[in-house]
Amino acid sequence: MITNLGGFKMSQHKQIRIALNNCGVIDPENIKEYIARDGYVALGKCLTEMKPQDVINEIKESGLRGRGGGGFPTGLKWEIASKNHADQKYVVCNADEGDPGAFMDRSILEGDPHAVLEAMAICGYSMGATKGLVYIRAEYPLAIKRLKVAIEQAREYGLLGKKLFETDFDFDIELRYGAGAFVCGEETSLIHSMEGLRGEPTIKPPYPAEKGYLGKPTNVNNVETYANIPIILRKGASWFNKIGTEKSKGTKVFALAGKVKNVGLVEVPMGTTLREVIYEIGGGIENDKKFKAVQTGGPSGGCLTEKHLDTPIDFDNLLAAGSMMGSGGMIVMDEDNCMVSVAKFYLDFTVEESCGKCSPCRIGNKRLYELLDRITQGKGELSDLQRLRNMSLVIKDTSLCGLGQTSPNPVLSTLDNFYDEYLAHVTDKKCPSGECKDLMTYFVIEENCVGCTACARVCPVGAITGEKKEVHYINPEICIKCGACEERCKFDAIIVK
Amino acid sequence: MTKIKTLADLERIKNELRSELDLESGLLNSENAVKIKVGMGTSGIASGAKDVMDFLIEALEKRNIEAIVSQTGDMGYSYAEPTIEVQKPGKDPVVFGDVDIKKADLIIEKYIKLGEELQGVIPVNYQTIDN
Repeated sequence: MITNLGGFKMSQHKQIRIALNNCGVIDPENIKEYIARDGYVALGKCLTEMKPQDVINEIKESGLRGRGGGGFPTGLKWEIASKNHADQKYVVCNADEGDPGAFMDRSILEGDPHAVLEAMAICGYSMGATKGLVYIRAEYPLAIKRLKVAIEQAREYGLLGKKLFETDFDFDIELRYGAGAFVCGEETSLIHSMEGLRGEPTIKPPYPAEKGYLGKPTNVNNVETYANIPIILRKGASWFNKIGTEKSKGTKVFALAGKVKNVGLVEVPMGTTLREVIYEIGGGIENDKKFKAVQTGGPSGGCLTEKHLDTPIDFDNLLAAGSMMGSGGMIVMDEDNCMVSVAKFYLDFTVEESCGKCSPCRIGNKRLYELLDRITQGKGELSDLQRLRNMSLVIKDTSLCGLGQTSPNPVLSTLDNFYDEYLAHVTDKKCPSGECKDLMTYFVIEENCVGCTACARVCPVGAITGEKKEVHYINPEICIKCGACEERCKFDAIIVK
Repeated sequence: MTKIKTLADLERIKNELRSELDLESGLLNSENAVKIKVGMGTSGIASGAKDVMDFLIEALEKRNIEAIVSQTGDMGYSYAEPTIEVQKPGKDPVVFGDVDIKKADLIIEKYIKLGEELQGVIPVNYQTIDN
């Protein structure tokens, strides 16, 4: 049902807010408002009425899978960590949200920090850890501030600290700041960064559940994963696992961005289609342009097209379609976006963020980027397309960590879905969407030109010649395609092709 | 500060919240007050939510309207920031988008005082779970 109230077009009730339950509802800096919404009841219930294994069983039964991207079953992760014995174990919250265009975790931490703290304490109880660490990027100052306030208030109320709920369980949480390196979202890099070492990944196994922070068993979950936990325990696994699809339970928060009308946070049950998210909740494409692709999964994901619009979103379907769930960034592209440029954009990001430890990622991605750059400049050859594909596959197969293993995905998925567009760049030296500047030429339409000389005067490189009151000419050899002449011309005499 | 030790303590705090709100706002009963929440996530603040909140607090007091203005997190409507939620006594909450100071003024004068409908209402588009 579409309603139209005051200019905003939105559909009704496609969304269910679980992870965002308190976001935009409570004052995040007042613990009482969280308690008034049944906050910390789940922790109290776990500590006083459930055994650690009961908690793990409940999470396992709920079917919750990691929301950071991988989709690993959360309950299983906790169980593995609980079975590794050590004098000290750690619970880590991964708040190193780094995908371009993603802001789900930030919003949760800014809007409902206690939910994450409560969930971390529950996790600590289930696996026998007494210390929690939130690894958060320094670029999120407001989230950091609210987390600090929340931790302080929880301590005041005895909800963090010693002997919680009069049991023998102690739990406290500290913050660790990241400098915003993308690779530190990978759990082994994250742990190294927390230890004060370089944020570089190491080969798994050993998994963090065995040897993590300071060599002790460590459980790392993403912010959104934790935000689901208190509600699952309060409402029961059987309530939660009725939502979603067979293999992906519950909801997923997406940060809807790009060329869509209603940019924002969206939380939908797993199994909702991309079409419902983009058209019904997102309100469709901006300026009523044509939909071209949607990028999910950030730099590790891929571009999905029209034919995928009716695919129900869940971990496995997105993977099968050549993309991935990722942490939940969803960037919509319209007909004006050049897909080769999109692939180049993501590769640029990966090249910048690669830690440089393994050569496939360090060198391979750089070479991929250079190839794409050549293609967008019209210097590509047909054989480059095969080279792109081969190199992508090698990088995927041989890189050390998740960053390199997935970084060629934007290239592969655009090659698969938009081969024609690549072809146009290398054979016709044209960019069909008109985004690649180097492939455009500026022309003077002789009939329209009155010879006012305005264009020649504004041209920064002197590429335009012509006598007063006579037709002007743009020398393509000198033209830098800045577009200044087109903007200046009052007679629509300059066009781009 | 009494520490929370049992589930019953949590329940007690829950009830305390209401009376505390009454106290803080200097009202006898918060049920009679207009409740306004301002979306103050990073995107809200970047779009000017802080100024809107300051304006609301000042203007409502000057105009003698019993109201409680509080901050909250991101409501999720990034395309229409800043967003505020207004709940008049006994009414369902209404979310307004693109609220600048001019619009906040309009909301006080037209919607809060006179109950007139205004443009720019964002309809509820999600289900909540009952707590």
